[in-house]
Amino acid sequence: MTFELILFYLFGAILLGGALAMISVRNPVHAALFLVLCFVAAAAVWLLAEAEFLGIVLVLVYVGAVMVLFLFVVMMLDINLAKLREGFTEYLPVGIVVAVAMATVLVAVITRYITMDVPERAGPEYANTEALGAILYTEYVYPFEIAAVILLVAIIAAISLTMRKRPDNKSIDPGQQMAVSREGRVRMVSMASEKKKSPRRGAQGGDADGQQDDPSK
Amino acid sequence: MITLEHYLVLAALLFSISVAGIFLNRKNVIVLLMCIELMLLAVNINFIAFSFFLQDLAGQVFVFFILTVAAAEAAIGLAILVLLFRNRGTINVQDLDAMKG
Repeated sequence: MTFELILFYLFGAILLGGALAMISVRNPVHAALFLVLCFVAAAAVWLLAEAEFLGIVLVLVYVGAVMVLFLFVVMMLDINLAKLREGFTEYLPVGIVVAVAMATVLVAVITRYITMDVPERAGPEYANTEALGAILYTEYVYPFEIAAVILLVAIIAAISLTMRKRPDNKSIDPGQQMAVSREGRVRMVSMASEKKKSPRRGAQGGDADGQQDDPSK
Repeated sequence: MITLEHYLVLAALLFSISVAGIFLNRKNVIVLLMCIELMLLAVNINFIAFSFFLQDLAGQVFVFFILTVAAAEAAIGLAILVLLFRNRGTINVQDLDAMKG
C-alpha cells in the first residue's frame, strides 16, 4: 500500500462520509457546511490525479463563491425545518434501495469491464496550469468564450430575477425632481380683495389666526 | 498505486449517495440543489480520472466548462428560490402545486 493510495483512501472516506452526513443532517446550514467538506476532499482527490489547476479552482470557486452563496440563501430564508423534514423516514427505505441498487450495478460494471494501465507520474517540471491554458486558449477558445457569455447571462438573470421595488421605499426619482418647473407648482389666481372678517372670538393668544376663517366656529 | 477503478468506484458511490439524498430530502429545495451539485462533482471525478489515465487534457477542459455551467445554474437556481420564498413564503416542494403537474 503506497503512500498515495493511503491518501486516496483517506480523502475518499472523508468525501463519502461528508456526502452521507450532508444528505442526512437536519439543518440546511449544516448540510451546506458538509458539502464544503466534500468539495475540499474532492479537490484533494483531483490533486492526486494530477489536476492541480482544477483542484484549486474547485476550492476557490466552489467553496469560496458558490457555497457562500448557498449559505447566504439558506440563512436568509426563514424556513420551517420540521415541516420540511416530515416524510424523511418514509422515503428512507426507498432511497436506500435505489442507492444500493445503483451503486451495485455501477461498481459491478466498473470493476469487471474497465481497466487501464496506470500512466507514469509526470515529473516536477510539468505544469498542469500551463498545459491546460495552452489548449484552452487555442483549441477551445470558442467554447471558452461561450462559457464567459453563459456566466454573463447568469449574472443578468440572477439580478433581474431578484431585483424589486419595495413598496415602503420613499425615495424620489432624481430626474423627476430636477424636471420640476415653476409652472408645475404655482398657479397665479386673480381675484378681488376681500374685507377682513369680524375680530377674533374667544381668542387665546396670537395662535388663533388659523382658526379665523374656519366655518365651523 | 491508484488505479482507474479506484476513482470510478469513488465517483459511483458518491453519485449513488446523492441520488439517495434526492429521495430523502424531497421536500427541501435547497438540499435538492446541493445534491445536484454533489452529482456534478461525481461526474467531474470521472472526467478527471479518465483525463489522467488517457493522458488527455480534453477531460480537464470539459470539467472546467462543467464547473462554469454549474456555477451559473446554482446562481439562477438560488435566485429563483429567493423569488419563490418571497412570493409563496415556503420552499416546500409539496406546496408548489400551482401548475397542477
